[in-house]
Amino acid sequence: MNALEELTALEANDSFVARHIAPTEAEIAAMLKAVGAASLSDLAAKTVPGSIRVQQAMELPPAIDEAAVIAELRGLSERNVTKKSLIGQGYHGTITPPVVLRNVLENPGWYTAYTPYQAEIAQGRLEALVNFQTMICELTGMEIANASLLDEATAAAEAMHMAHATAKAKSDLLAVASDLHPQVRAVLATRAWPLGITLVDVPAGDAPAVAAAKPFAVVLQYPGTSGAVRDLSAEIAAAHAVGALAIVSADPLSLVLLTPPGEMGADIVVGSAQRFGVPVGFGGPHAGYMATKDALKRTMPGRLVGVSLDAAGVPAMRLALQTREQHIRREKATSNICTAQVLLAVMAGMYAVWHGPTGLMRIARRVNLQARLLAAAAQQGGYGIRFAAFFDTITIDAGARAEALMQRAVAAGFNFRRVDAAGVAIAVDETVTRADLTLLMQVLGGREAVAPDSILPELQRKSLFLQQSVFSAHHAEHEMLRYLKRLEDKDIALNRSMIPLGSCTMKLNATAEMIPITLPGFADIHPFAPADQTEGYKTLIERLCGWLTVATGFAGVSIQPNAGSQGEYAGLLAIRAWHASRGDHARDICLIPSSAHGTNPASAAMAGYKVVVTACDRDGNVDLLDLQAKIAQHGDRLAALMITYPSTHGVFEVAIRDICRLVHEAGGQVYMDGANMNAQVGLTSPGAIGADVCHLNLHKTFCIPHGGGGPGVGPVCVAAHLLPFLPNHPERADAGPATSYGPVSAAPFGSALILPISYAYVRMMGAAGLTKATEVAILNANYVAGRLAPHYPILYAGPSGMVAHECIIDCRGFGAAQVAVEDIAKRLQDYGYHAPTMSWPVAGTLMIEPTESESQAELDRFCDAMIAIRQEIADIEAGFLDAVDNPLKNAPHTAREVMADVWPHPYSRERAAFPLPWVATAKYWPPVKRVDNVYGDRNLVCTCAPLEAYAEAAQ
Amino acid sequence: MTDIRYTEDHEWVRLDDDIATIGITDHAQEALGDVVFVELPEDGREVAEMEACAVVESVKAASDVFSPLAGTVVESNQMIVDDPSLVNGDPMGGGWFFKIELADVEDFEKLMDEAAYKAFLETL
Repeated sequence: MNALEELTALEANDSFVARHIAPTEAEIAAMLKAVGAASLSDLAAKTVPGSIRVQQAMELPPAIDEAAVIAELRGLSERNVTKKSLIGQGYHGTITPPVVLRNVLENPGWYTAYTPYQAEIAQGRLEALVNFQTMICELTGMEIANASLLDEATAAAEAMHMAHATAKAKSDLLAVASDLHPQVRAVLATRAWPLGITLVDVPAGDAPAVAAAKPFAVVLQYPGTSGAVRDLSAEIAAAHAVGALAIVSADPLSLVLLTPPGEMGADIVVGSAQRFGVPVGFGGPHAGYMATKDALKRTMPGRLVGVSLDAAGVPAMRLALQTREQHIRREKATSNICTAQVLLAVMAGMYAVWHGPTGLMRIARRVNLQARLLAAAAQQGGYGIRFAAFFDTITIDAGARAEALMQRAVAAGFNFRRVDAAGVAIAVDETVTRADLTLLMQVLGGREAVAPDSILPELQRKSLFLQQSVFSAHHAEHEMLRYLKRLEDKDIALNRSMIPLGSCTMKLNATAEMIPITLPGFADIHPFAPADQTEGYKTLIERLCGWLTVATGFAGVSIQPNAGSQGEYAGLLAIRAWHASRGDHARDICLIPSSAHGTNPASAAMAGYKVVVTACDRDGNVDLLDLQAKIAQHGDRLAALMITYPSTHGVFEVAIRDICRLVHEAGGQVYMDGANMNAQVGLTSPGAIGADVCHLNLHKTFCIPHGGGGPGVGPVCVAAHLLPFLPNHPERADAGPATSYGPVSAAPFGSALILPISYAYVRMMGAAGLTKATEVAILNANYVAGRLAPHYPILYAGPSGMVAHECIIDCRGFGAAQVAVEDIAKRLQDYGYHAPTMSWPVAGTLMIEPTESESQAELDRFCDAMIAIRQEIADIEAGFLDAVDNPLKNAPHTAREVMADVWPHPYSRERAAFPLPWVATAKYWPPVKRVDNVYGDRNLVCTCAPLEAYAEAAQ
Repeated sequence: MTDIRYTEDHEWVRLDDDIATIGITDHAQEALGDVVFVELPEDGREVAEMEACAVVESVKAASDVFSPLAGTVVESNQMIVDDPSLVNGDPMGGGWFFKIELADVEDFEKLMDEAAYKAFLETL
C-alpha cells in the first residue's frame, strides 16, 4: 500500500455506512449463523426470488462522509440566493422562535417519533396537537379543527370533497372566487377532474354570481391573493341560499385582526399555518389546516386529537373518530390522507404558545402598519394602490413602471410578486425590519411616513381568542423550555428505544442528514422566488431525482407529492391520463388485493376508479386464480392493479412477475406501493419487477424522520411511457411536463426543505452501503423472527422459510388467558418499547420491522421483552397470575400508581414496573394508563379547555 | 309470538302490520364492540331493498346498516343517537335503528327465520 492508498483507507469516505447500519460485523456474522445463511448475499439469494434480482450495482456516486456531505449541502444552499421574499401568495417569511427551533425542529425527541396511534406513549405530542387544534378553532372562529393537512391547496381540495359529499345542493359545480391563490385553484382543478367536478370561476365579491352558478360549494380566499380584504358574508349567504357550502381559505395571522370566517358563516375554513414559525423552505413542509362546524366533523378528513380519560380516570388524549380514516373505511374514507404534518403543526402551535394572544396581536398589527406605510409610500411615489382594504399585502398599479419596480426591488434585496402586466404585490411579514422598511420606502419613492387605516371597522375582529391558559403561561423562555421538555419526556421516540413498526421503516434519522435543513440557503427560499435564485435547490432536486430513478429502475421522478398518499394519487392520475391519451376512456376498474393498506382503495376512489378487491391465499400472497378471474371479468375496464412489494405480509411473492404480466396483457397498468421499498433497494426494483409506476416514502426508506406523524415526501416514479403524465405546476415550468394535468401539491417541488435529508443519506451510503442496508434490514427481521418463533407463531414466510424485512407474529392464541394483542402492545410500554404495528394487515397480530439501524443488542432487548411477556401470559394460563388482575390487563403502569401508598394488585410493584433487570436502568414511565377510546369517541372534545374541567367532568 | 327475521348482514326485522322495525343482531354488536355513533335516515326517505341508509360505528369499525326491504322510513330511534351504548346493551329491543312502512309486506317472507340465521352463523 502506497501512501496515497493508505491515506484513502484512513479517510474512510464510507464511514457513515457503519453509523447507519447498526449491527457490527461480528453481530452480522452471529445473526447470519442464527438464521442459517452463509453471508449477506446468501441471505439475499435465499429471500429475494432470482427472477427479479438485479445483479449489477446501482450507478450512484461513491460515498462521502458526514463532514463532506454537510459541506456539499452547504455549498448547494449557498447557490440559492437569499433575498427577502415579499411575494406572499400563501407563503411568508417568519421567525421560528429559537427555543422552538432548537427544542422541537432540531430535537430528535420530537422529530423521530411516530404517528400517535399508541396514545399512552404519545401524550406529549398529542397535547401539542390539541394546542394546534385549539389555535385553529380560535383564530378561524370554527368549532372543530383537525391536527393538520398537507398544505393549503390540498386542504382546499379536501374541503371540496367534503362539501361535495355533504352539501344539500346536488351539483357537480364548484364556484371558485377569482382572487384565489393560483396554486390553490390549480390543485382544485386537478382533484376535481377525476371526480367529474367542474370549476366555475366567479368574480370576487360577486354574491349573485355565486348563487347563479348553482354550485355545491364556493371557495373564497381571505384575504384575497391580491391582498384585498372584503366582507365575505354576502357570498357565504348566497351559497347557503342555494344549498351550497362556503369554504374559506384564510391566512391565520390575518385572523388576529380580521373578523374570522366562522363569524361570517363559513362552513369549512382551510389554510396554512406556515407563517406561525415554520420556515418557508421553498414550499414546505408546512401544516395545512382545516376547521369546520361540529355538524360536519364526521366527514372531516385527517387526524383529529380528542381528549378522553385513562383507566384511572385521569384526562388523557388520543386520536379520535378514526373510523373516518382510510385504514378503517378504505374506499369509503373521507380522504386518502394518512401521514400529515405533525412536526410542523407542533411548531405552529408552539409559536402561538410562545407569543400568546398579545404577542400575535403585536406581530399582526406591526405587519399591517408596515403595509400601510408602504401603501402610502407607493402613492407618494406616483403609483396607484388597487385596494384600500388590506391586511399585510398591497397590490400596486405600476403601469409601465412595473418591470422597473421589480428590478429595483431585487437590487435592493427584495422579491416582489408580479401579479400581471401592471400589477406588483408586496406582502409584508414579521421578518421585515425597520431598516428593510426604510429601503422599501425608498424603492417605492416614498417621502414621509404616514399610514392611513386599511381595515374597515366592521371587519375588525372583536372576539377574544386564545384565552386558554396554555397560551399565556409559557412566555418566559425557562417556562417554555421546560414545557417543551415535559411534553417531550412523555413520549417514546427513536432517541429512547427501537420503534419496531411494521410497514413504517423507523430507521435512523442521522444528525448529519438533519443539520442542512436549517441552513438559511434552504430554509429561507420562497417557492415562487425567481428561478435564477434557486439554482442550488434545482441541482439538489435533479441529483436526488436521478438517484431515485436508479433505485427504482424507472425513467423519471416527480418530487412534488408531499406524502405517500399524494404519491399514490399522482401515480394513479398518471395511469388515468395515459389511458385517456390513448383514447381508452372506459377503463375505470382498479384491482386491489385484500391485504392492501387502506390508503390504496382510498386513493383509487379519489382518482375516480371503482375498487375491485382480489383475494389473498393462505400464505398471504395474491390469489392468482382469483386475480385471473377478476381480470377476465373486467378485462376492457381494467385500468390498474395496485400491489405492495414485498407484500404487506412481509414476503417476497414469487409470482410477482406473472401478476404484472397478467395485468399488462389485459391492458392494465401496475401500480406498486413503495411502502416496503426498504426491502428492495439494490437487490431488485419496481422497474425490474415489471411495474409501471410506484411511489416512494422518503420518510421511510430514505431517512426523512416521521416527525410524530409527518412530514412525509412521496415521490412518484414512472416508466418512460408515463413521463408525460407526471404532475406539473403553474408557477414553475421546470416542475413537470407541460403535457400533464396540473399540480397535486401547492408548491412546485413539494416539501423541498426536507429533501437534503434523503440527499445526504444516499450520498453518504453509496450503492454498496444502500444495498448492505437492505440486506441487514432483511437479516434483522429474520433474526427477530427466529428468536420469537419458539414463543409466538410466525405467520407467512417465503419458500425458503425466510421473511422479507418484517415479520408478523400471531397473538390470537391466548384466549384461555383472555389476553388480546392490545394487552401485549400496552405491556410493551412498561418495558420501554413502542408496540409493533398492531392488527394490521391481520387482526390479532403484531408486525415487526426492525430496520437495519438496530444493533443486535437492541434487537435482543426487544425480543427479551416479547419473550418475557409470553412468559407472563404462560403464568396467567397456568394460574400463577390472576386471570383479570395481572400485569398485562393493567398495563401500562404509571409512576403514580406504582409509587402509591396503596397497591391493590396480587403481583408485585417491581414486576409491574421493572419486569426485566435492564428496564430499571433507564426506566420510561408511561404518563397515563390505558386510554379509554370509547369514552373519548362518545364524549368528543378536541380543544384545550382547561384540563381541570375534564377531570371534574369525570368525577 | 312476534315474527322476527334476519339478514346475512346481521340485521333483524320485526313486522307489525306493514311496519318493519330494523336493528342489528347481538352477533353484530358483539363483533363491532362498543358502539360510539349511529347515523339514522330521515323520516319520509324512500329506501330501496338493500340500500345503505344508516351507519353504526365503534372505535375500531364502521359499518353501513341496510334497509333489508324496500319502503318508506317512518321513524328513527333517536334514543340510540343520544346513547349509542343501547345498541350494545339491548340490540334486539331498545337498540332498534329505524322503522319502515314496507312497499310490499310479502317481501318479509324472503328473509331468514331464526333457525336459518342460527345455521348461517354456524357457517362463519
